[in-house]
Amino acid sequence: MNKTVHKSNHLNKHNRWGYYFLIPFVVIFVVFQLVPLISTIYNSFFENYMSGLKQVGPRFVGFANFKALISSGDLFVYFKNTMIMWALGFVPQILVSLLLGAWFTDPALRLKGQRFFKTVIYLPNLIMASAFSMLFFTLFSDSGPVNSILLQIGVLSKAFKFMSNVWSVRGLVAMMNFLMWFGNTTILLMAGMMGIDQSLFEAAEVDGASARQIFFRITLPLLRPILIYVMITSLIGGLQMFDVPQVLTNGKGDPMRSSMTLIMYLNKHLFSKNYGMAGALSVILLIITGILSIIVFRVSAADEVRGGRHRDRDKLVKEEES
Amino acid sequence: MSNKKTAKNTNSVHGRRAVAYIVLILLTFLCLVWFYVLFINATRSNAQLKSGFTPFPGKYLLRNLRNLFNGPTPVIRGMLNSLVIAGCSAVLSVYFSTMTAFAIHGYEFRAKRLIFTFILMIMMIPTQVSALGFIRLMGKMKLTDTYIPLILPSIAAPVTFFYMKQYMDANLPASLIEAARIDGAGELKIFNTIVLPLMKPAIAVQAIFTFVASWNNYFTPNLIINSKMKKTLPILLAELRNSDWKTFDMGQVYAMIAFAIFPVIVVYLLLSRYIVGGVTAGGVKE
Repeated sequence: MNKTVHKSNHLNKHNRWGYYFLIPFVVIFVVFQLVPLISTIYNSFFENYMSGLKQVGPRFVGFANFKALISSGDLFVYFKNTMIMWALGFVPQILVSLLLGAWFTDPALRLKGQRFFKTVIYLPNLIMASAFSMLFFTLFSDSGPVNSILLQIGVLSKAFKFMSNVWSVRGLVAMMNFLMWFGNTTILLMAGMMGIDQSLFEAAEVDGASARQIFFRITLPLLRPILIYVMITSLIGGLQMFDVPQVLTNGKGDPMRSSMTLIMYLNKHLFSKNYGMAGALSVILLIITGILSIIVFRVSAADEVRGGRHRDRDKLVKEEES
Repeated sequence: MSNKKTAKNTNSVHGRRAVAYIVLILLTFLCLVWFYVLFINATRSNAQLKSGFTPFPGKYLLRNLRNLFNGPTPVIRGMLNSLVIAGCSAVLSVYFSTMTAFAIHGYEFRAKRLIFTFILMIMMIPTQVSALGFIRLMGKMKLTDTYIPLILPSIAAPVTFFYMKQYMDANLPASLIEAARIDGAGELKIFNTIVLPLMKPAIAVQAIFTFVASWNNYFTPNLIINSKMKKTLPILLAELRNSDWKTFDMGQVYAMIAFAIFPVIVVYLLLSRYIVGGVTAGGVKE
């Protein structure tokens, strides 16, 4: 690829432009991301909050913020909430996406209207999460259209309070996440499926393999890198879950904070200028994000040959982005 | 024997096709029904809405919209604010991400490999994690309640950069750059007049995605913007939830949600070809 560039060593002067062209990225990255990240970590070691109108701190307290955060127990509750709502959405998302991907790419099925279906299932992904969540809130409110319809057709005898039940709130959040992401996942998995060598399918068919056998014995194993990628990114996205539950429950995470996510908790600390705690929580989130990506990656790549991991990662980064 | 098998296979294909269509139609219903109900309810009056749901549109759409525009929430202003922020972010992001990608793709220098690996590493870091430092720094720089913290950071977008880099590897021949250099063109000119036009398809896709991401963003703007007239659409929607919405004219509430959602749907339907293709494009040509 860069052969011509090498050959033109007599024009080496122009390579300085590689640095010049990097300046905007580097400057903006340092100012708006790196410095804030370091300052966040720095802040996590200081006592710094507002008590009424009085500013307390900043005073260096070592790991006291972390201790307070962990010993209060809230952190684990919110982590659990976040993971439950993520999993409730992710499991159906990956199953439906695999199924749709297999159908769309199966030449024997020759499904019509593929462009229409793809356009429709991708649509919710572009909808403003806060608007979508507000919409669900009104639709599922006690006197909203969903209750009204269920009453009219006689499924319910009195309105179901969706917003006061732990599992219906979590279920709604999960359903919105599912709706917003399964189209995207389907399209990513389809790209992976279409990248599989067609002769493998033909050979299997000649050998008399059923559609199910082909899916489980050929498609699924060969899709692994892209499945790992989808899972890692979805998990990291899930940890950042905010807009949907925030708007649906008005930032309270009701009922009984059972739908309060980690980022909602962070948002609360940021608004009340509780900087020490917000810092500690951010650092913990950064660590969890890091560990989770490594765990998922290791577990899924455990049976890979040594050294294959890096190749796998490169390949997967390439596939996902494409 | 073989005939029997073929017959059985055809049957099973028919059966599977039927199942596939049924599932697809159910999913289509599940994706669209909310927007249908939203549309119906936005066309009905508060009194009609209180009396229960009907599947047919009413005649109050224009009145609801008029009430909304004359109401206390500056929705039109909010939409303009969102447009300005998302538009500027998209333009800056694609221009400078392409520039960054070209720096890595088109030149040989010592730190190249290191910088490329570094950008890939930071791709996964959630922005919320540095939000605390971000709002404090913006406060110190007197940038709170301005659009700069919402627009400028989009210049350093690792994901857009990576997409551009992939696209360049597949679609930007080095010989073309070399030819322009021999003709005596400066590097900045080469970038602006040769690289950028060749990158148009990738730029279009990423501009759309950056625009949408910025348009939908709620977390950061909510922490940065305080003045009512500077607020973006997502903030206004969240405030609608925050207010004592039960006392509201529900027709107006639905009209506001529709106002936030339907323009996006219309634009999406016009651009869906690029968007759906864009999710997977780039590496395909490799």
